[in-house]
Amino acid sequence: MKKKFLLVAVLVVFSLILGACTQEAEPTEPPMEEEPAVEALPQGQELANAYDGMYDGTVVTMAGPFTDQDEVVFNDSIAGFEEATGIDIQYEGSKEFEANINIRLDGGDRPDIVDYPQPGLLQYAVEKGYAIDMETLINPDWIKQNYSEGLQNLATMDGPDGPIVAGIWARANGKSFVFYPKAKFDEAGYTVPTTWDEMMTLTEQIASDGDTPWCIGIESGAATGWTMTDWIEDTLLRVAPPEDYDAWIAGDLKFDSPQINEALDYIESIWFNDDYVYGGRAAIPTINFGDAPKPMFEDPPQCWFNRQGNFVTTFFPEEAVSGVDYDFFYFPPIKEEYGKPVLGAGDIYGVFNDRPEVRAVIQYFSTGESLRVWVEQGGAILTHNDADLDWYQDPVTRGVAETLRNATTFRFDASDLMPGEVGAGTFWKYMTDYVSGTITREEALQQIDASWPEN
Amino acid sequence: MATSAKSQKRSQQFWTNFILIIISIIWLVPILGILITSFRPSQEVFTSGWWTILPHKENIEVDRISIADSVDVDGPITIEGITATFDEWRTGIELDDGRFIQWYGNKRNRELVVYDEQWVGFNTDLTLKNYSDVIGGKTITYKDGQGNTITRYGNNLGGAFLNSLAVSIPGTIIPILIAAFAAFGFAWLNFPGRNILFTIIVALLVVPLQIALVPILQDYVRMGLNGTFLGIWLAHAGFGLPLATYLLFNYISTIPREILESAYIDGASNFTIFTRLILPLSVPALASFAIFQFLWLWNDYLVALVFLGEKNKTVTIAVAELVGEKGQDWQLMTSAAFVSMILPLVVFLSLQRYFVRGLMAGSVKG
Amino acid sequence: MANTQNTDTEQGGILSWFSSTLGQILISLFVPIVTFLVLWQGYLFLQRAQAPQIIQVLVAIVWGVGGVALLYVVANWLVLKLPKPWSSRLQPFVFVGPAIAIMGWFLAVPVVRSFVASFQDRLGQEFVGFDNFVFAFTNPRMLETFRNNLLWLVFGTFFSVAVGLLIAVLADRTHGEVIYKSIIFTPMAISFVGAGVIWKFIYTYKGVGLNIQEIGLLNAIVTALGGNPQPWLNIPPWNNFFLIIIMVWLQTGYAMVILSSAIKGVPAELLEAARIDGASEVRAFFNITIPYIKGTIITVVTTIVIFSLKTFDIVRVMTGGNNGTNVIANEFYLQSFTYTHKGRASAIAIVLLIAVTPVIIYNLRQFNKERKGF
Repeated sequence: MKKKFLLVAVLVVFSLILGACTQEAEPTEPPMEEEPAVEALPQGQELANAYDGMYDGTVVTMAGPFTDQDEVVFNDSIAGFEEATGIDIQYEGSKEFEANINIRLDGGDRPDIVDYPQPGLLQYAVEKGYAIDMETLINPDWIKQNYSEGLQNLATMDGPDGPIVAGIWARANGKSFVFYPKAKFDEAGYTVPTTWDEMMTLTEQIASDGDTPWCIGIESGAATGWTMTDWIEDTLLRVAPPEDYDAWIAGDLKFDSPQINEALDYIESIWFNDDYVYGGRAAIPTINFGDAPKPMFEDPPQCWFNRQGNFVTTFFPEEAVSGVDYDFFYFPPIKEEYGKPVLGAGDIYGVFNDRPEVRAVIQYFSTGESLRVWVEQGGAILTHNDADLDWYQDPVTRGVAETLRNATTFRFDASDLMPGEVGAGTFWKYMTDYVSGTITREEALQQIDASWPEN
Repeated sequence: MATSAKSQKRSQQFWTNFILIIISIIWLVPILGILITSFRPSQEVFTSGWWTILPHKENIEVDRISIADSVDVDGPITIEGITATFDEWRTGIELDDGRFIQWYGNKRNRELVVYDEQWVGFNTDLTLKNYSDVIGGKTITYKDGQGNTITRYGNNLGGAFLNSLAVSIPGTIIPILIAAFAAFGFAWLNFPGRNILFTIIVALLVVPLQIALVPILQDYVRMGLNGTFLGIWLAHAGFGLPLATYLLFNYISTIPREILESAYIDGASNFTIFTRLILPLSVPALASFAIFQFLWLWNDYLVALVFLGEKNKTVTIAVAELVGEKGQDWQLMTSAAFVSMILPLVVFLSLQRYFVRGLMAGSVKG
Repeated sequence: MANTQNTDTEQGGILSWFSSTLGQILISLFVPIVTFLVLWQGYLFLQRAQAPQIIQVLVAIVWGVGGVALLYVVANWLVLKLPKPWSSRLQPFVFVGPAIAIMGWFLAVPVVRSFVASFQDRLGQEFVGFDNFVFAFTNPRMLETFRNNLLWLVFGTFFSVAVGLLIAVLADRTHGEVIYKSIIFTPMAISFVGAGVIWKFIYTYKGVGLNIQEIGLLNAIVTALGGNPQPWLNIPPWNNFFLIIIMVWLQTGYAMVILSSAIKGVPAELLEAARIDGASEVRAFFNITIPYIKGTIITVVTTIVIFSLKTFDIVRVMTGGNNGTNVIANEFYLQSFTYTHKGRASAIAIVLLIAVTPVIIYNLRQFNKERKGF
């Protein structure tokens, strides 16, 4: 009995100690102030307040897929704003972002701002009613002024209470580019092709000179196959009118249609010719898209062309000088009547909690200034109209930005806009199986058509 | 008679060891691959297989031959007395003396390389750099297959180790304790609903834990448990309990009835029997489950990411971030794999002594 | 010191106070309340802990482990205070209750919710009848996963258990037991990220071309023997077997550890007696060891069958389910997180549950056979 009494006594003491440890300073509420008479900025009132120091000490949480180098550059880009306003933007980057973000949103653990690498993912948050309409957060006139109409349309999504402007665009990238080792290319006496036929003639010439012209790799872990889908989209824009492209995204144009098949004929003429592709057709699904361009930089180059988005330059050797060692040419048109189409993609911010400081931050993000540091360091192209071409310091990035602005037709990456199970699922999967040769083209296209959701 | 028995025993010993060694070698090959890769300079990892550090035959470049500008490369080309077309030279031609000549680059590159097949000894070009990068590196710089420099930012693995321990130790002990109680209850106590509850537990074994992530996260957010250690232990306890209960039940139910009967006759209560008799007798089963649960928690990524987040990074999360988006830093992944493997191996070896013979046999006799 | 003496002198008084009925009731209330307070304080401490990491970890370990033990002691103590019929009726629940409660919260309730969701649409807003199950049982992608999971189940389980048993039995008779067992166990300790890398080094394919050197072990062996390199993971249906080999490499350690601890429990006297009767080692193994550890073999087979049904990491890391290697759990993962189709994902989870029914029934039979209870 005495033992038990002691036990009780010990428990009480232990509990008191723990209790003492638990008491910690309650976070002090920032004193409510009268709203200072700061004149609103074109983006909104809150941004002006923030620069006035009104939200000093507040925290805004962000989540996104940037890790590693990108996370550092992103933090550099927002450092100036944080210093000027005293708002602490806590960015949390995760490599499993795509899987993790919906769990967090559904679970109620919602970051204030989320940076989506593709708009398809934001669609889910909009359908579930988590995303807040940007027009309530940012001055709508500013959004109209600072983003192109096409981009605004892409950001308008159907929520449970009707369409909302679900997000604002951040960085963009163009995908209709073929990179080549410029110094060696000039040395060999090759000339940059401007039409598809010229490109194929050059391809044949390089092959007969004893090299493999193309480096192609579509491996990308769980996302293997997306590089192939980009090729199809880019080629489709060159053999069919943009209306067909839009119909294809909407599900009205089948995968097993003459247009897609025609695009695939052009692609097969390069991909399935073992003399044209580094490692041969069977190696394409096993080579990582980031490793694919590397043989271009060997001496002598093991391959000469890599068709990819401008982001691929981050996979190039750090020693390689942009504009000198490598450059790009525009993926040439096939049918003249469709002009010079450009395929692109981009990341988009969504907002999930409405507080004044969150408004201030998202208003700031709607200006090109917010990513200027990133642009200057290279690797980012902005969607904001107030961004200046002079910010782009390396010639390749500036060239890409110019190509994007001069495009006769701009179309967004179709696989990002299709329903997730097609655009991030069967389209990737069956194209990979088809390139591997485990199923035929016809089977692949029919399987994708069959997987299209019914409603 | 005695000698034949002895020789028979010896041959048995030989064959036993022989089979074990063969299997061990098969199992070791991939492990050896990871080990060697973890010590290789990054550039070599991508250009040659890990086994090339062992002695082997290889074509070594011994000479280069230039072709005069006057030679027409589209026609037949004569080198070292052999005449062949460009395509043939490009594929390479073997000379009678064993040397091998191959065109270097494309046609415009008027150069050929002469190779000679030679033995290459042990490659001792190994480095500890991958390990120092993984453990302490703030900025990591290394070269990829083409000799290009890559720079990336390191992580604090020391703090991550502490976090992993804080997750794994209670996360292992708590479910084992709870499961042991439950297993005893199922094996030796009568109560209504016993069958149906046991069926449910076996069924729960197959439930993918992913279905629980969202509902549990909702509860955690409401209870303020999200991001806490308590939250993650409970989660691991919840996900680990079906297997723990199932395994321990199967062990505890095989304890001979006589042992328990005599204890009941002596007037011991259920609780006393459990703590004094069942727990000590179940040590091998407890130890083996402890090993697995510890391993799973130690290597868990998804549950830690969802419930603990970025603030209390575990080793797996820190390593995953360290490896970088491009997923191509194989030398870092392999050394990280070895660093994070040490503790589970220590746990395994230290629990080895609980796998001893005759624990139960002795008690039957007694 | 003085305090202790004080308690000693008052011991008699306290004892008599304890024995009074009122005291009994009071203490019955007091102990749980104090226990609750302790646990609650620990909970609060850990919930918003801002103490240094190392202290948190220590408190965490003490509180977590001690708290659970305390709960059982107090609960048992309370139940025993109840009148006899109640105490014996309730006591089993002291033992199984906490486990049931936690499993209920973390697994059973989500399963029920999934069951409901499996009849709903993509976002869980409208009921769609059996549509998701029609998808699960007719879609060619799903049919492929069924075929593959069957391969995993049969070959993965057989080889893991067979090799595990072989090692456990043989190593038991040698002096190098710990070494052999450690080698087989090591793959389990490697994080899958690391293991994935090494198996990529084994199966990787660089393509055919000039100056392309294979860095994959399997292709290096094949080319050394004069063959052509192959993209091993892109050739159905064989690529499934290359993936199953990885599972066997990883899981055999599990089978070995559990079977080994069971083999240690086979009474030496029985084996000795068989040997004296002139039975060969092989015969002794099949006639004595196997029947003795039959229960454990069933346990191991059951768990590995379930692991193979839940196989996911290997496939996701190595092939992403492409080229005819998709498995149920990978499709579940894709449906829930990539395609955000709650309904289908739930239906697939339910299908997994249905698939395991024969295993459950078999185990339940064993359970009833062994049922002995007091």
